[in-house]
Amino acid sequence: MSIDATDRRIIEALQSGLPLTTTPYAEVADSIGLPENDLLTRLEAMKSSGIIRRIAAAPNHYKLGMAANGMTVWDVADDHVATLGAQIGALPFVTHCYERPRALPDWPYNLFAMVHGTTREEVIEKREIIAEILRPAPGASDILYSTRILKKTGLRLKKRG
Amino acid sequence: MTSLTQTDRDLINRLQDDLPLENRPFSALSAELDITEEELITRVKRLRSEGILTRFGPFFDAAAMGGDFCLCAIAVPPDQYEAVTEQVNAYPEVAHNYERTHHLNMWFVLACETPEAIDFTADLIQAETGLTVYRFPKLQEFFIGFRVAA
Repeated sequence: MSIDATDRRIIEALQSGLPLTTTPYAEVADSIGLPENDLLTRLEAMKSSGIIRRIAAAPNHYKLGMAANGMTVWDVADDHVATLGAQIGALPFVTHCYERPRALPDWPYNLFAMVHGTTREEVIEKREIIAEILRPAPGASDILYSTRILKKTGLRLKKRG
Repeated sequence: MTSLTQTDRDLINRLQDDLPLENRPFSALSAELDITEEELITRVKRLRSEGILTRFGPFFDAAAMGGDFCLCAIAVPPDQYEAVTEQVNAYPEVAHNYERTHHLNMWFVLACETPEAIDFTADLIQAETGLTVYRFPKLQEFFIGFRVAA
């Protein structure tokens, strides 16, 4: 689905976040010259169509003590990846799980599962659980810890006109 | 690590769930946490300014708007790391960017309004930095469990 000019103004007004006041939508509506009810109706429509996934906070894992963020990556036989990926995605400690293309020869991995923990030891323990699930289709694997957030802003529309 | 009260933790956990679309979205939540609406807002502001919450508001999905996301990676020579970080972060399409422990040591997500813009932007970054931008678009998504317990 595509967005019209008004939706676009709404997204531009909200992409850096919601104002922190008792009536944030009234303020945003005011700033773009739209009645608050129209704004809420449009936001509701964007939610139903999936343009808005949720209205919520993004925490900084590091500051919450989740200092170890490991991107575990696996080379899984293509005909097993759907079944095994679904099992790994269902693990409670896996926050994201995707099949992605390999970039051979530099990058042989096609399954990415993000694991957070308070320490790297904890992440390694969780990774063992993933390895156990993948035992029927063993392949190369690696783990990439994040050492720094370089940027975290979320989607930004380009200015138009 | 910053010290947080139990109320802060409860608040962080609850704020990761979807907030209602209504005139006073914080009202019900403040009642649930047994604090006033004003106190809740003051706390969220403090958590924002301390960087414990990186943002608060709608999470937009570029793909649902007809656009696309793509995970990208670069092998950045260590002596160029800061300069390349600046170059990459300057693109508004770069939604987030992480330093990681690997030969491919910079991992970022492009969020673009059209699928074509992904390769276009990745090519621009490649030309500007002189470094290969590896592209890892998702082929299948197995789950997004976004919550982190505070």
